[in-house]
Amino acid sequence: MEDFIKVENVSFQYVSEADDEPLTAVNVLKNISLNIKKGEFIALLGHNGCGKSTMAKLLNAMLFPQQGRVLVNGIDTADEDKRYDIRKTVGLVLQNPDNQLVASIVEEDVAFGPENLGIDPKEIRIRVDEALKAVDMYEYRAHAPFKLSGGQKQRVAIAGIIAMQPQCLVLDEPTAMLDPKGRDEVMATIKKLNKEKGITIVLITHYMEEAVQADRVVVMDDGAVLVQGEPHEVFSQVELLKRHRLDVPQATELIYRLQGRGLLGEKAPKYMPLDSDECVSLIDKILKKQ
Amino acid sequence: MLKDVTLGQFLPGDSPVHRLDPRAKILLLIAVIVFIFITGNYASLALVAVFVFAVILSTKISLKMYLKSMKMILFIVLFTGLINLFYGRGEPIFELGFIKITEAGINNAIFVSIRIALLILASSVLTFTTSPTDLTDAIERLLKPLTVFHIKVHEVAMMMTIALRFVPTLLEETDKIMSAQKARGADMDSGNLIKRVKALIPVLIPLFVSAFRRAIDLATAMECRCYRGGNGRTRMKTLHYGKIDLCASIICLLLLTGVILCNIFLPATVR
Repeated sequence: MEDFIKVENVSFQYVSEADDEPLTAVNVLKNISLNIKKGEFIALLGHNGCGKSTMAKLLNAMLFPQQGRVLVNGIDTADEDKRYDIRKTVGLVLQNPDNQLVASIVEEDVAFGPENLGIDPKEIRIRVDEALKAVDMYEYRAHAPFKLSGGQKQRVAIAGIIAMQPQCLVLDEPTAMLDPKGRDEVMATIKKLNKEKGITIVLITHYMEEAVQADRVVVMDDGAVLVQGEPHEVFSQVELLKRHRLDVPQATELIYRLQGRGLLGEKAPKYMPLDSDECVSLIDKILKKQ
Repeated sequence: MLKDVTLGQFLPGDSPVHRLDPRAKILLLIAVIVFIFITGNYASLALVAVFVFAVILSTKISLKMYLKSMKMILFIVLFTGLINLFYGRGEPIFELGFIKITEAGINNAIFVSIRIALLILASSVLTFTTSPTDLTDAIERLLKPLTVFHIKVHEVAMMMTIALRFVPTLLEETDKIMSAQKARGADMDSGNLIKRVKALIPVLIPLFVSAFRRAIDLATAMECRCYRGGNGRTRMKTLHYGKIDLCASIICLLLLTGVILCNIFLPATVR
């Protein structure tokens, strides 16, 4: 499949502008490259300050690389005339659902994006209904957002982006402020959009349990890609991740520790388990052998 | 506790008044206010009063709500009435020292009181039957011609919409901050007025900081959704000036005719 988004040798630095301090520049991204294929579900991991959020904003022309370039569908994001085309192709969902909703009625909020694009009112109505159905919030269309739960609000925020009919959805820690139930709702919605509508997903997250559900995991550290690949490949490199103060899924952690105590035989399993089912079957296999 | 505060006084319903185009409602309210003030005698005033009460009944909102809105300004009604009582020209019918009460004064007092009361009732009809969103929307559309004079109508309406949207959010936040400060030993419920106002400072500062943070986030989110001002923007909900609005306009026109006829053919009581 062809690359849909290309990040080519991008560097980015923030310069602090405090009056009483000498100018200090912080290199957030250092010569980073990343290709994203159409329809892919990517999880972007890394601890705080590694440049994940900056990366998200570079993908939809909210920020521009100081070196290198970002191409979306072959269009350079630095092209000012195409800025809004890029923002509607690559939608960005932020962390706090409360701060993303503009209107005091759900359906009017979802309509905000298409309204800005100058779409015909009848077409907006159709898109809003479709978007709300896609995130299972259609029956709440006439509600006030502040009466919804966190998960519901975040789904409305996703619908607001979906209504612009993007090809790619970038979500910057969309579940960080939600309770477990809300997290499950949002994850189910994201996966559904990826499978059924073929929308490319870039999910930035701190939760390993969410990352393992992706097609590809990209781990960032100190402004560069540390390791990337299928979840099994990435999380099997426990040593490397630990060295960079990164977490692994709990199932992986368990097997890693058991192995460290020599309880699982000499040879390490080829792939570490990612969830409890895989973990159980692996232990089961080893026990039978012994 | 702060959650109970309702913004605006919109009471959802399905009466003909609820269904009117919000633009028409605003314009007709302005018209009715003008009618209230051109009434010159009791007959025309009664005519307008009957009209206002008929509209109130047709909203199917309990009279209690209207009385509540009256309660707030009862003092102003009585006060202006009382002041007007002493400023009538002509033969005094009651005299006590420097206080002179004339027939014109009594008429003035009654007229002014009834006028203000009607004014409030008529305005309540608008705020009770129109959602705040519809109101801002209608105001934006009505003021659109002012863009010719470089007045940023769209921006003002957008600000109003966002303000309305964030009122409950910030109220909730205030509640949280107050609890947090109380948990750290802040005393907000005792002491004199100055002490209590001072006690609010540790609540207001975090609230402001958080409001600015929210504003930055919201600006990012709006830009992500391709917001670029009012130019080239369309709206999902289009307003239609329909049959029902035409009917309402005709009724108001009839009322105007009635008021004018009363004013012409019956002697004026106030000028």
